[in-house]
Amino acid sequence: MAIWIDGRRHEADPERNILDVCLSRGLDLPYFCWHPALGSVGACRQCAVKVFKDDKDTRGRLAMACMTPAKDGTRLSIDDAEARELRRSVIEWLMLNHPHDCPVCDEGGECHLQDMTVMAGHLVRRTRFEKRTFRNQYLGPFVRHEMNRCIQCYRCVRFYADHAGGKDLGVFGAHDAVYFGRHADGVLESAFAGNLVEVCPTGVFTDRTLGRHYVRKWDLQTAPSVCVHCSLGCNTTPGERAGSLRRIRARYSGAVNGWFLCDRGRYGYEFVNSERRVRRPFVRGEAATSEVTPAALARAWSKGRVLGIGSPRASVESNYALAALVGPERFHQGTSAAQTALVATIIRILREGPARTPSLREVERCDAVLVLGEDVASTAPMLALALRQSVRRQPERAALELGIPGWQDGAVREVVGNRKGPLFIAASVANEARELDELATRTVRAAPEDVARLGFAVAHALDASAPEADGLFGRLPAQIAGALAGAERPLVVSGTGAGSEAVIQAAASVAWAAGAGRGRAAELVYVVPECNSLGAALIGGRSLAEAFAAMERGEVTGAIILENDLYRRAPEADVDAFLDRAGHVVVIDHLAHDTASRASTLLPAATFAESSGTFVNNEGRAQRFFQVFDPDSTDIRPSWRWIAALDGATDRWPNLDELQAALARELPIFGEIAAAGVPAEYRVRGARIPRALHRQSGRTAITANRELHEPRPPEDPDSPFAFSMEGAPRVPLARLAPEVWAPGWNSCQALNRFSAEIGGALLGGDPGVRLLEPIEGAPPAYFSPPRVDSLPEPPPDSLLVVALHHVFGSEELSALAPGVAELAPKPYVALGEEEALERGVSEREEVDLSIDGGPILTLPVRIRPGLPRGAVGLPAGPVRFVPAGSRARISKR
Amino acid sequence: MTEPVKIVTRNFGVDRAWEIDVYESRGGYEGAKKALSMEPAKVVEEMKAANLRGRGGAGFSAGVKWGFLPRDNPKPRYLVVNGDEGEPGTFKDRALMQNDPHLLVEGIISACWATGAHTAYVYIRGELKLAWQRVEGAIAQAKAKGYLGKRPFGVDFPVEIHTHRGGGAYICGEETALLNSLEGKRGEPRLKPPFPAVVGAFGCPTVVNNVETIMNVPWIVLFGGEAFHALGVKGDGGTRMYGLSGRVKRPGLHELPVGTKLSTLVLEIGGGPLGNELKGVIPGGSSTPVLLPHEIDIPFTVDSLKAAGSMMGTGCAIVLDETVCAVRAASNLARFYWHESCGQCTPCREGTGWVHNILANLEAGSGKVEEVAVLLSAAKSIMGNTICPFGDGAAMPIVAFAQKFHDEFLRHATLKKCPYGGRFAA
Repeated sequence: MAIWIDGRRHEADPERNILDVCLSRGLDLPYFCWHPALGSVGACRQCAVKVFKDDKDTRGRLAMACMTPAKDGTRLSIDDAEARELRRSVIEWLMLNHPHDCPVCDEGGECHLQDMTVMAGHLVRRTRFEKRTFRNQYLGPFVRHEMNRCIQCYRCVRFYADHAGGKDLGVFGAHDAVYFGRHADGVLESAFAGNLVEVCPTGVFTDRTLGRHYVRKWDLQTAPSVCVHCSLGCNTTPGERAGSLRRIRARYSGAVNGWFLCDRGRYGYEFVNSERRVRRPFVRGEAATSEVTPAALARAWSKGRVLGIGSPRASVESNYALAALVGPERFHQGTSAAQTALVATIIRILREGPARTPSLREVERCDAVLVLGEDVASTAPMLALALRQSVRRQPERAALELGIPGWQDGAVREVVGNRKGPLFIAASVANEARELDELATRTVRAAPEDVARLGFAVAHALDASAPEADGLFGRLPAQIAGALAGAERPLVVSGTGAGSEAVIQAAASVAWAAGAGRGRAAELVYVVPECNSLGAALIGGRSLAEAFAAMERGEVTGAIILENDLYRRAPEADVDAFLDRAGHVVVIDHLAHDTASRASTLLPAATFAESSGTFVNNEGRAQRFFQVFDPDSTDIRPSWRWIAALDGATDRWPNLDELQAALARELPIFGEIAAAGVPAEYRVRGARIPRALHRQSGRTAITANRELHEPRPPEDPDSPFAFSMEGAPRVPLARLAPEVWAPGWNSCQALNRFSAEIGGALLGGDPGVRLLEPIEGAPPAYFSPPRVDSLPEPPPDSLLVVALHHVFGSEELSALAPGVAELAPKPYVALGEEEALERGVSEREEVDLSIDGGPILTLPVRIRPGLPRGAVGLPAGPVRFVPAGSRARISKR
Repeated sequence: MTEPVKIVTRNFGVDRAWEIDVYESRGGYEGAKKALSMEPAKVVEEMKAANLRGRGGAGFSAGVKWGFLPRDNPKPRYLVVNGDEGEPGTFKDRALMQNDPHLLVEGIISACWATGAHTAYVYIRGELKLAWQRVEGAIAQAKAKGYLGKRPFGVDFPVEIHTHRGGGAYICGEETALLNSLEGKRGEPRLKPPFPAVVGAFGCPTVVNNVETIMNVPWIVLFGGEAFHALGVKGDGGTRMYGLSGRVKRPGLHELPVGTKLSTLVLEIGGGPLGNELKGVIPGGSSTPVLLPHEIDIPFTVDSLKAAGSMMGTGCAIVLDETVCAVRAASNLARFYWHESCGQCTPCREGTGWVHNILANLEAGSGKVEEVAVLLSAAKSIMGNTICPFGDGAAMPIVAFAQKFHDEFLRHATLKKCPYGGRFAA
């Protein structure tokens, strides 16, 4: 199919609109209100083109490109004088009230409005009247508000309310004084508010954290990266200047996060600049230099008697390097026995079962969902955002039947109205905003074992050969089974959040049983705790409990602990005992924490932004993060380099590629890991890829206070990127482009130039390789449901401990970012309404809590509606270690 | 000359015509009874034959509109009656609802039957409190008599009517903004397609008709579409409400056959201008382009007004005499349209403000000669480029004033003051 644009033939997809086609063909057509993820509403009137009936029609009519489908043979003109004049007029109108404060605006230099103004050719101001002014609002630690700049494209509310379900940002007022904001000053409630910064075409919503250490886009060093703040592996573009990380931007991935990020992912980055960073080696608490340390180390630890403790937040490569150093027998995953077992079960299900894990973008296209046991909105916010889109799939079919294309956002929403597709949620807890509950067909709040039983009952309803479960839920299992069986793309979501193996098994059973009727298992997503939980687990190794036991038995005398604070993984007394017994403890980490403070040798590790490596996300997708900047301290190194130095064999793995090759040889599951990145010797026409835009300034002056000579840019042995603005001007593989930029397109909207089809894969393919694929048609051996009578009788008056996850505060690294810390809860103990009433405790009252007979914690009570009876919730993070599944007693003070 | 036919004003001047017993004693509800004995498709046919052009302003054939409802859509259908009469200079629906609310109820029952809607919403401008009270009263009385509810006139065809009072935004008189407002959303027009006939109120097929349009339905049912058509001109049947206000000797409201000349209305029925000289006539509500005295000797119909470069609009004309300053009048209109722009699409949101700024400055004596051209270009570029007809409605009258009274506009700039002394006698 083809359309004709200004007399030239262009291939076009009839499912798309003309604006989309023009942009994806590299043509410049200005626009504001359209956004590839939000569709068309035709409000800004900026993308006017002339459309002709046929080749004889010479007059044509003006039409909004975003509202006009690309029908076969459509003839249109972008260059038409009348269309150009209208586009110029629209900018002129927008400029009537825009303050032109570009020099002091944080958006300047990457402003879509600037780009479009130049593109539309509005050059002379014909107005002389006063501009309207607004009062700005305080919107919290992440987003700044400057309403005077607003051009009323409505994208902010369309993203915030329509797409992300936020309730506290709206449209107020009318005529040329339309106001976008909250009803009053206050922190934006949505965990996706940070996307407003990128969705806004100008500087109304800007990044408050960037504002504190501001630089222009063109002065940043950037590289493709991966978020470290949950297991989804959203792609990011971190930006650095002068040794400090300045911001994170969403990096488009057609397979993972699309255009957006959650606020934890966007604003957690400041841990990299934290005061708590370890910037130099310490030996027994004394600062040492790296020159002396390796030799001292080699003397200090005796080979063969040392165990290694890995980490689910360290890269695959660093974990592997440690395993290679200490040997697989002495390598331990740095997670509790319970956690290790849960992740191992998930890997077994994904590797040996027939259910496939969809990518985040594929989740958006699923049309019936069962969530079992996971508080998705807290543990993996972007997954919750994807599920929010999936409930639109069934009702929006009515629009397609009326001939309304999916991109006609306003019309589709009119047709969809309040109708929602099937989404069933069974979990012990929901996040405080209960944002997914409001979408759910039905929500069940129950203890994890009961959630599992519901899952098994659904599996049995789908496939009679699946074992029966105790009937507790009436007709609900049949209803859920009916919804899943009747869907085109059913999906089951679960994870480690409930701390229950039975829940994980139940989810697999449902997904597998869904295959009985349709011949193909349902899709299955597990949320795992950390950014590299799957990658670290795939390397293998025992649990932390076994490390503690080995130390207790005296089999080892020392430990090397990789990027891990053990106090977050095990009870304090156990960790103390372990560290007390260890003769020599080497901690390699970038943060000073309680475990690091017990280290006999503390080595400063590089963060994700200062090193390259690979994470495996919850989908089983290995993704490479590339070093963004060279830390100002030469002591800061990737953990795996320190590990090699410990061995006294710094040339064992000269670079990341060699390390990956060794890993791929040893562990076949990682055979394709190199494809997640690009070899260090990759060049574009013989040149490295510059990390900075060509306009970067100040290289010769930025260190002039210390050294008059221009410093030589640091070498990067691990990637083809250069610490410079010099190098290949264009990268054919879009996934390697450090930042999106195109001539005339300085804002993040330049992204339209980086994929063949807007919203599709990046040019040259989306990044990442999937390591886990289901086994086609393998007959599932169903798991057995837990039997009520098989459970040990709980001690009387004791409560089941449930971990409560928070978007802000539960994840270790982001909690160090000041903004995140501000929004994180203080430690508390949560009780359901019934339980609180029964015990006569009220909100904020302090109670004593003891877990498994351990020390007494005194915490204020928070009533958490929906928390089942017999359960007590503790916030993961603010309470450092929450042993989910344990029993606790609480007493009034 | 025979007595002119009165359709929608036949009960005007009748004591307590809004009471159901009075209304029924004058033949009320006969049309609805007859409609419910006919095939619904036959009622639609009569409507098409009647050539009843919508009385809300756009002048689209009501029968054709009803025919747009999809046949095989399983969703419920709705009838929405637009009583959000907010066009400056227009006051006909208010009078109709106040004086004869049962005729509206009867029209709704008939229209529901014809379109297959069981629920009707009457959206009444918030300020029209008495009209709303009268309609509410009529609904209650009709319900008590069983004319509304489960079995109107013994026919198994439930009809419910709900009233909804507007919050004061002019834009909510635009049919899709009205639907949004009815649904509790921001009163912003929707993009068409889809048209309300397919996706209207609450996502369901919906017919939106003006109050006066609906009030004609019982007569058409009783006397036939052809008879109605014959009252007016070809393609534009019946009688319609014509209003007169402004600088005119006898302002008022008249039901006259469609096709009555605008000049007849202004000069004979209205008695001519209040002052010495007619300066112009805004024919159909404030958004219709002004006509000069030599342009008004034309039939006051949808098509002839269009041919004259203006619009039929609501049929309520505003008369200007020689005491009226054209810039002041235009500025006043511009201020209204700036204030009432919903703010959704750029040309209207920003353009109306700019136009208003230029005009207010010009009137205040601080305008510049070259700004008259800027004004024309700013207003013209709004036209045809907005989501809903509001943009056209805001720009057209300004363009007409600036073109037809161009010298007067320039004089404001050269004199640096209003030659009328800023006076706007009213």
